Amino acid sequence: MSATHFQLDAQGRLQHFLTIEGLTCRHLTEILDIAESLHGVAERRVKKLPTLHGKTVVNLFFEASTRTRTTFELAAKRLSADVLTLNIATSSAVKGESLLDTLRNIEAMQCDMFVVRHSQSGAAEFIARHVKPHIAVLNAGDGRHAHPTQAMLDVFTIRRHKPDFPSLRVAIVGDILHSRVARSLIHALSILGTGDIRVIAPRTLLPAQVENLGVRVFHHLPEGLRDVDVVVMLRLQRERMEGALLPSEQEFFQQYGLTEERLALAHPDAIVMHPGPINRGVEIDSRVADGPRSVILEQVTNGIAVRMAIMSITLGHHARPVGEEV
Amino acid sequence: MQIVIQGGRVIDPAHHIDTVADLFIADGKIAGLGQSPAGFIPEQVIDARHQVVCPGLIDLCARLREPGQEHKATIASETRAAAAGGITTLVCPPDTDPPIDEPSVIEWIRRRAKAAGQARVLTLGALTHRLRGERLAEMAALKEAGCVGVSDGGQPIGNSRVLRRALEYAATFDLTVFLTPLDPELSHGLAHEGQVATRMGLPGIPAAAETGRIARDLELVRDLGVRVHFGRLSSARSVELIIRARAEGLPVSADVAVHHLHLTEMDLVGFDSRCHVCPPLRSLRDKDALRAGLVSGAVSAICSDHQPHESDAKQAPFGDTEPGISGLDTLLGLSLRLTRDGVLPLTTVIERLTCGPARVLGLDRGHLGVGAMADVCVFDAEAEGLLESTMLRSRGQNSPFIGWALPGRVTQTLLEGRVVYAREG
Repeated sequence: MSATHFQLDAQGRLQHFLTIEGLTCRHLTEILDIAESLHGVAERRVKKLPTLHGKTVVNLFFEASTRTRTTFELAAKRLSADVLTLNIATSSAVKGESLLDTLRNIEAMQCDMFVVRHSQSGAAEFIARHVKPHIAVLNAGDGRHAHPTQAMLDVFTIRRHKPDFPSLRVAIVGDILHSRVARSLIHALSILGTGDIRVIAPRTLLPAQVENLGVRVFHHLPEGLRDVDVVVMLRLQRERMEGALLPSEQEFFQQYGLTEERLALAHPDAIVMHPGPINRGVEIDSRVADGPRSVILEQVTNGIAVRMAIMSITLGHHARPVGEEV
Repeated sequence: MQIVIQGGRVIDPAHHIDTVADLFIADGKIAGLGQSPAGFIPEQVIDARHQVVCPGLIDLCARLREPGQEHKATIASETRAAAAGGITTLVCPPDTDPPIDEPSVIEWIRRRAKAAGQARVLTLGALTHRLRGERLAEMAALKEAGCVGVSDGGQPIGNSRVLRRALEYAATFDLTVFLTPLDPELSHGLAHEGQVATRMGLPGIPAAAETGRIARDLELVRDLGVRVHFGRLSSARSVELIIRARAEGLPVSADVAVHHLHLTEMDLVGFDSRCHVCPPLRSLRDKDALRAGLVSGAVSAICSDHQPHESDAKQAPFGDTEPGISGLDTLLGLSLRLTRDGVLPLTTVIERLTCGPARVLGLDRGHLGVGAMADVCVFDAEAEGLLESTMLRSRGQNSPFIGWALPGRVTQTLLEGRVVYAREG
């Protein structure tokens, strides 16, 4: 049984959130609509909803993260859940405790939701298959496989600027090979009917047969950027030079770095996105990252509402802000 | 002890025999077929009516986990599983702990196998000291101690100079060299490089990791004339290379693991760690080519590539699990499924499990000729049942074939004329 079906219950409702692949347009639109209605909560004097009051959310981070972990924490707190964050990369896993043992122990603390980040592809699904049935598992990034909440906040951000997906041209630029963000975003964009999804990268940073995911492949940045409405830049890890995937950061920036001149090839009101953290001068020039077309910080803000929406859906509560009371 | 196996369909591919007849066994050897030998008085009669009687199976690659990994399995536990699966001879690669790079380890394994008394365990010696791919192992001494060949033990030798010299040195002592065709630098991944790995975000192992090595090794064989056996082919292109090399008269052979004849990269979907194997499960096209290679004879043998694991070894996210399938219990059933699926006639399946692997080993085994060692497997080819985990006799329960309908039910296994397995009921 694949993760696609595994994360849905018999009625086709999300009980976990592990991957975008295989979800329907209705699932995605529901998340986006609820996130939209929650978006205003942060603007209020009291930034809280009672939706997950009395619930315990555990962030299980087997891999370092700041942004994702923090926004998940905030999202849970704004829904009034109790939140516990465990950085397991630096605790029991090092002492030789197996993943299942770690899970059993945390499960014994009577939690309702696990937010999981792990360096191995499939880790979130593995955990979802082994936890007690009442626990919802959210994938906060597993290896190169999926980062579905990031993809949702990306399409949420896109929709706020450019709501007509069928007419959109979206380019994803950089290290597609190692990117769970790219894989999940490609699935989300296809499900929403995006007209033209492009990936732009040297061949060493593209996975085999990537075109089968429904994307057009470009190796030449100026050609790939022509007339696009959305540019998504990916982070380039420094260790890619050691793996003989690239000669140098300088050459990568020259060939694939996003500069103002290159951005000028895109549609005049194109937006620029990046999942962060950004490497200035490696994949993106500071003037673009901080420029008027950049929605990078908006993505971070939107991440909270989107994660609130996903948390409330998977725990079976459809959060809608009603009054100001807690 | 004199035994007669009565009324079975005797299939002995080495002698092109497929006939209903009685098989006579005396003093651990085959004494006759059809006609009772003069003065033969059976002490035991085995009723084999409606059953197939064939040579005991020979498995070219089975990890018994002893010495060194007794928490996974032991020689006693795995030879018992072999006997129940109709397998009478197991070939154990040298990557034990300590590795089989000195005569005392061979002697130790032989003693353990003899004490267990369930199956014959043959050993492959190490090509290099500690399998490190740096210095040669004492192959002459290993041969004297009884190893049937030498091998890299699943840890391919990276250094071409060392490999070439190891091949030459092995040839000096007329040893067949068993190689694992995988380029270590191209095989860090977890799955076949292709669209399934791409979707699942699993690092890929390209087919060229295998074919590149085979192509180079074939050139070394051409230079040196040494006998080389390639274990566990996984890709279509590898089969082509072997076909061409054999057509040119190079002394090479190859086998395939039975799971590669049934599973593909698609079986990884859902991150099923039981399908985590090395070499990886490849595309449907590769699977079909491996089957075709088996039909044409380019691939000489089917093996189990048995790798039993404790359950913890598979209970983790895919990339953190250990590769390998527990295969002794299913070797015969999965091979017979090829007949059921119309891929190979029954006699050919048996050939690839008996005299095919015997020929690779250069041993006068795997047949039922008069005077041969009486290693015999009797099975009901018509019986078919769903495989349940409780039916696995191996200590390793890591099989992706649980729930599969597998034809064939072993009823008797004889090792040197002694019944080592008899099905109850």
